[in-house]
Amino acid sequence: MTDIAAPSSPRGAFVMRHPSVLIFLACLAIFTVGVTVLSEGFGIGVLSTSFIKTLGKTLCLCLVALAMDLVWGYCGILSLGHMAFFGLGGYAIGMWLMYARTEMIVVESLSNAPLPPTPEEISDGIASQIFGVVGASDFPPIWGFAHSLPLQLAAVVIVPGILALVFGWLAFRSRVTGVYLSILTQAMTLALSLYLFQNDSGLRGNNGLSGLQNLPGLDSVSQDAVSMWFLWGSALALGLGYVFCAWVVSGKFGSVIRAIRDDEARVRFLGYPVEAFKLLVFTLTAIIAAIAGALYYPQAGIINPAEIAPIASIYLAVWVAIGGRGRLYGAVVGAAFVSLLSTWFTGGQAPDIVIGSFRLQWVDWWTVLLGLSFVLVTLFAPKGLGGLVDLITERRSPDRHGADLGPDMGSLQEREAEK
Amino acid sequence: MRILARFFLATLAICLSLPAHAQNADAPIQQIMQENGALIAESSRRTIGPAIDALAASGLPAAQMLLERWQNKELYLNEETGLFVFGEEVDRDTLRIFAITDGSEIGVVPDDPYDQLRPNSGVRSMIGAALVQFQLNAPDAATRLTALDAIARDAEPSHLTALRAAIDNEPDAGVKAKKERLERLLTIQFAEDDAARIAAIEGFSGDLGVDVRATLNPLVATRLEVSETEPSGADIARTLTPGTDALPRAQAYNLLVEEGLTPPAITASDRRNALIANVENGSVAGIQVADLNTEAARDLAYAELARAGTVEQLATEADVDRALAAHFFFERFIGASPAVAQAAQDALATTEITVGVARFIDLVMDALSLGSIYFLAAIGLAITFGVMRVINMAHGEFIMIGAYTGYVVQLFIPNYTLSIVVALPLAFAVTFAAGVAMERLVIRWLYHRPLETLLATFGISIALQQIAKNIFGTQARPLTAPDWLNGSLVINDIVSISYIRIAILVLALLFLALFLFVMNRTRLGLEVRAVTQNPRMAASMGINPDKINMLTFGLGSGIAGIAGVAIGLYAKVTSEMGQDYIVQSFMTVVVGGVGNIWGTLVGAVLVGSVQKGIEWMTPSNTLAAQTYMILFIILFIQFRPRGIIALKGRAAEA
Repeated sequence: MTDIAAPSSPRGAFVMRHPSVLIFLACLAIFTVGVTVLSEGFGIGVLSTSFIKTLGKTLCLCLVALAMDLVWGYCGILSLGHMAFFGLGGYAIGMWLMYARTEMIVVESLSNAPLPPTPEEISDGIASQIFGVVGASDFPPIWGFAHSLPLQLAAVVIVPGILALVFGWLAFRSRVTGVYLSILTQAMTLALSLYLFQNDSGLRGNNGLSGLQNLPGLDSVSQDAVSMWFLWGSALALGLGYVFCAWVVSGKFGSVIRAIRDDEARVRFLGYPVEAFKLLVFTLTAIIAAIAGALYYPQAGIINPAEIAPIASIYLAVWVAIGGRGRLYGAVVGAAFVSLLSTWFTGGQAPDIVIGSFRLQWVDWWTVLLGLSFVLVTLFAPKGLGGLVDLITERRSPDRHGADLGPDMGSLQEREAEK
Repeated sequence: MRILARFFLATLAICLSLPAHAQNADAPIQQIMQENGALIAESSRRTIGPAIDALAASGLPAAQMLLERWQNKELYLNEETGLFVFGEEVDRDTLRIFAITDGSEIGVVPDDPYDQLRPNSGVRSMIGAALVQFQLNAPDAATRLTALDAIARDAEPSHLTALRAAIDNEPDAGVKAKKERLERLLTIQFAEDDAARIAAIEGFSGDLGVDVRATLNPLVATRLEVSETEPSGADIARTLTPGTDALPRAQAYNLLVEEGLTPPAITASDRRNALIANVENGSVAGIQVADLNTEAARDLAYAELARAGTVEQLATEADVDRALAAHFFFERFIGASPAVAQAAQDALATTEITVGVARFIDLVMDALSLGSIYFLAAIGLAITFGVMRVINMAHGEFIMIGAYTGYVVQLFIPNYTLSIVVALPLAFAVTFAAGVAMERLVIRWLYHRPLETLLATFGISIALQQIAKNIFGTQARPLTAPDWLNGSLVINDIVSISYIRIAILVLALLFLALFLFVMNRTRLGLEVRAVTQNPRMAASMGINPDKINMLTFGLGSGIAGIAGVAIGLYAKVTSEMGQDYIVQSFMTVVVGGVGNIWGTLVGAVLVGSVQKGIEWMTPSNTLAAQTYMILFIILFIQFRPRGIIALKGRAAEA
């Protein structure tokens, strides 16, 4: 952890004290420029638009993995709800995208009517277009702000933020920690996805929101260009998110949250308001996740409640664990590596393996491999892929009997290791 | 020649009349037929009554058969002799005839003199009604019951007399009770006398039977009416105020319009069409079309048109209000006379209360049954999570493995009872082995690192689910219960519980007893508790903690396997079935209080009751019920973070 080990140099630019941030930003910049040059929209056209979208989506997943790393790797809260915040961000932006685009369609179809349409007629038309699939024709109250982009953008931050704040306050206040908290966040995620699955939830039930890849008013711009815009936006968000997270974990604040991870009780006895710190980190990361979701779903084009199901949050934990938690680049590398590999395997491109008469198809068996490799990583390589960096830099850390980082017995084992 | 001809004719006459001679013209049944011959031959619905009554009242055993065959158009009249016979067409010109006295065959004859009686449907139904009394008095109790069922299904006024006549000499007490009950139901429907109907209605007050409610409901049928004066009279069910739930404004106003009391209110589309029809030179009534893009502008334009007389004056909101205020809306009983309707309404109200109580009992039983399913799913967790504090996210997959074991066993053993008997221990063995393997390979490296146990078992859960999907496919597999578990224990028309649910409840209680016995009364339980509390101390007392941990985890997993078979019997077996139970199971354990089996029991009942209670409040929406149930649990944990039955002292810190 290079960024932790450098508090002794008091002066100098932030990035100078944390070379890993600089390296990361450089890599991200090279990646973005490289993709732009190779793209169909602005370059020589080696990479297809759908692949550009996959890359853009991967950047968003890296951003949410960053948030997960902050809350889990650094603060020790294994949240199984961050993909729910991610999904809520997607729903918030999706509502505006769907409303605005449907409004344009409705206005266009009504423009040939003998009388100019009244606002009520337009609103009724949009509602019946959007909610026809769930057998409703009125706007539910939660769509009250859908006509306004600024308000929905605010909702991207506010709705998941408030949910995280309320849930976190309830959970941390009653000292729910460790696995109990994980199960509780999983229950929250399950409740949210079950709620959204209902047709009368006001968000089109299991149909979800669709057609999000079409930006209202920009029909003339091809998807080649739009996909690049989103890639740049996602890269920018990831870069800013990385710098922000690095800044959060580097100072005194970062020391406190790592201390909370290692031994919550001691930090409390030292006089720190542990609950407030945890609540702040939880809410902050929920907001980062929501922003990532708001960038992700316009590229994916569709969002439905299945995206919020608990399993998605578990996969998020898998990415961070495989990448190496407790280091920011680990989360990014893990999310990018595993999600791209998943796409490759489940996309049917990977060659089948033939064992005798048995034909192993990766589409079916990839999940098994992922689950088992997750077990192996947990058992034998708690540092994940990030541990490879330690091999290269020859950084030594105390031998913690395989237990690297965690809120539970980690500090105790560290003490034993040092004896 | 004349002699020859006469002889020939005589022979012919003898031949023709032979069959007629074979029947006994003096038989009582034939006599009755002869007396009513004209009526029967005419066979008109208006006049046939006395003939059927005479037959029915004769009390002759042959009367029933005669009526039946008459109804089936098998009765023939010999026009020459005037006698009646049963006939069966052999071919176009010949008939096989039978005596109406006993149905014995007389012979095959030309059909020339025979005329088939074809009663029309009206007459046939009268015959049918007359037949009822024979069926009601049949010597065979099953026939009598069938007749009662037939009447109950499709009652007619004429059945009432027959039924009343058949009650007194009914030998079987059960059938008699049924007859009496049906008689009262028919009295309610068809009796002329209001007092008798009311007495019968009052006799049913609070009765839960669906048949009673089906009989009473038409009596309290009402019609919505409107008048300008305050309604009075006994047949007014209730008066209504427009704008309430019982009578929305729009419905009230529509009624006024239908009655012709007010002009119709304008709808947005009518107004739009009227405006479009009156566009002249790009403007309507002097307002530019381009400006008609608000409701107010359209109202104004329409009002202008109406003033000019171009369109019909239509009611505005204010007119609607005035019209509604000026009229009285009420419901009038149309199903029966006011006194009967009132009595029926009172009886239904009493029934409503009884139904409510029965529904509540049913709900409680549902909740208990759901609770027992959760308990069964959670009891394995109560061991691995509650006692060992190992968080096993693959627990749901062990349930799934158990269910699939049951499915595979049924593929090999077609007898359902035997296959379940084999499947239960086999499922235990399979999941026990899986649990032991998992403990040896993964979990023992991760004791005291619960978060990582959670992650690793998640990995296993994902892998197991996918493996099951790869082997068994995504569609649900059946796990069929033996016949003796099908059906349900019916207590009355509302309260019933299926045998499978009772079996699951019994199984859950058995496991509770097993758990208590193993933990508190056996050497293994003692050692498990010792190892959980202090492994080093236990080890120094000669207990092998590795072995104990392995066995305990295997036991918890094995019970999950058995739970899987039980749950598979009642739900479908899919690769994702474990996921449906895992969160609820953990919630059950956490709500109840970790480390206490009684807590798990209370937790399961609480979770089951809350879910059923919410389902009752929001019927037709089980997704919402699950959502609110989870929210309830999240809030519950706020107030009792350690569960309902919390461990105290040092044990709580373990």
